[in-house]
Amino acid sequence: MPQKLSIVVVERDRERALLIIDSLRAAGDYDVFVIAEETGLARRISERNPDIVLIDITSPSRDMLEELTLASSPLDRPVAMFVDRSEDGLTKAAIEAGVSAYVVDGLRADRIKPVLDAAIARFHMFARMRSELAATKRALEERKTIDRAKGLVMKARGIGEDEAYALLRKTAMDQGRKVADVAEALVIAAGLLK
Amino acid sequence: MSLRPLSIGFIPLVDAAPVIIAHEFGFAEEEGLALELQSAPSWSTLRDMLALGRIEAAHMLAPVPVAMALGLGGMATRFDVLSVLSLNGEVIGVSSALAERLRGAGHDFGFADARAAGAALIGAAGARLRVGVPFPFSMHAELLYYWLGALGLEAPQALDVRTVPPPLMAEAVAAGEIDAFCVGEPWGSIAVENGVGELLLPGSAIWAAAPDKVLAVREGWAEADEGRTGRLMRAIWRAGRWLGAPANLMTASEVLARPGYLNVPAEVIERGLTGRLVVTASGEEREAPGFTRFFDGAACFPWRSQAAWIGARLAERNGLDRAEAIGKARAVFRSDLFRAHLGPAGAEIPGASDKLEGSLDRPVVVAARSGHLILAPDAFFDGAIFDPGAER
Repeated sequence: MPQKLSIVVVERDRERALLIIDSLRAAGDYDVFVIAEETGLARRISERNPDIVLIDITSPSRDMLEELTLASSPLDRPVAMFVDRSEDGLTKAAIEAGVSAYVVDGLRADRIKPVLDAAIARFHMFARMRSELAATKRALEERKTIDRAKGLVMKARGIGEDEAYALLRKTAMDQGRKVADVAEALVIAAGLLK
Repeated sequence: MSLRPLSIGFIPLVDAAPVIIAHEFGFAEEEGLALELQSAPSWSTLRDMLALGRIEAAHMLAPVPVAMALGLGGMATRFDVLSVLSLNGEVIGVSSALAERLRGAGHDFGFADARAAGAALIGAAGARLRVGVPFPFSMHAELLYYWLGALGLEAPQALDVRTVPPPLMAEAVAAGEIDAFCVGEPWGSIAVENGVGELLLPGSAIWAAAPDKVLAVREGWAEADEGRTGRLMRAIWRAGRWLGAPANLMTASEVLARPGYLNVPAEVIERGLTGRLVVTASGEEREAPGFTRFFDGAACFPWRSQAAWIGARLAERNGLDRAEAIGKARAVFRSDLFRAHLGPAGAEIPGASDKLEGSLDRPVVVAARSGHLILAPDAFFDGAIFDPGAER
């Protein structure tokens, strides 16, 4: 029976870290440790001496882990990025999902795969959440701008809400622009003329 | 004519200028290319994006492709270097506390004499000098090891070189994690702006022609479609030529300042482009001639001897066979492709692909395919000469 794999997750955001721990726990019996503090990262990791390190690839701190791949590394065991040993393009899938894994040399692929699969699934979810959040935020902002523009048109022309919106929409169509863009231009112009 | 899309990655730094300018000022379009610029959060991620084919070309630290050829680092893929994007552009800075000690000991922050600055630094440093660099395989790390090693500071006993991502460099200095740093602009100037550090020396004072960033592609990419390779190389080379004209640097700094690129005030970017830097918290200015070079003196030519120097240094520190490392390194800098694609475009092509690194202490005229060519100074601060021929 091989020893329990120890995994270090580098993640600043507490919520995300908890979600990653949950999915790793569901994938197997691992010893998971989270590092949230990025200063002295290589030293903090070498203190834990893990089998696998997982890190968000959008984190600039990833470059600190590169030291672990060197012969003079602070880690006792050499580390490689999990690359050519994955025949099923696991590394590519991981990078595309937004997670990068550093793995100690000699660790068998069948022991790494479930860990990476779980991490990949979780990071895909993060990416989806991020784009959904951005889309929602944008939609909300556009609605707010359109409402303000509508109010301006209603006041300036003495017309009703529906009529004001119709006028905005018609202007947008005539100019081949989005209603939100026309509304924004109007709000900015009104601000200038105040 | 429809433009052919070509994805190219970069790190938001002043020396990403050739790539950004090629896109912004129509040099790529002129070659029928629509560059799709992708900003990367870290060097390892940029390298992986290129290795895994997410992008076709990248703005890359010159030692990265060499390290990969030597089997160092996390990735087993190989890269080719098509041209040098910039020479130098690094700054060495110290924490405010260390700057005070240096000043107390009588150092003048002259920003030119590497021997004097190095001796002062070693004198003022504690038991073990901790220096931040952006990446283990970087000209920043190489210059530090070379400079302080030549002055007697041995790594790792007395010198602890640590990787700190440039955007976090000021934070690491402020937190007391490092005493000094070697970083690319605008991050040195930003440390000064934030009042956490002062600038001691430009990288050019250590080695006057250190290849800092290169244009890299995956091995085999250049040969797979030679027309495409030529277009990319010409677009980037012409952008470099445009950047070589001092009159254009103010415009360049305005473009680089945009939120999609560096998102840093243009005034700060201009310091790194022109080599007129504010070095102390009290606003003292220093001028470093040849601080960053994009074009003049055959700056874009990927000399095999430059790669050989990097290979020899990496081999020494990582316990690899020196001659073998030099051989592998030389093959990475594709001076053959530079000749083939940029000679017809009007680039000055030197007669040889190797030079004695460090032998020029002033501009020198040498034989070139079109007659002659002026090589810029490439001296090391200690007067050493690296002869790649003597190594084979």
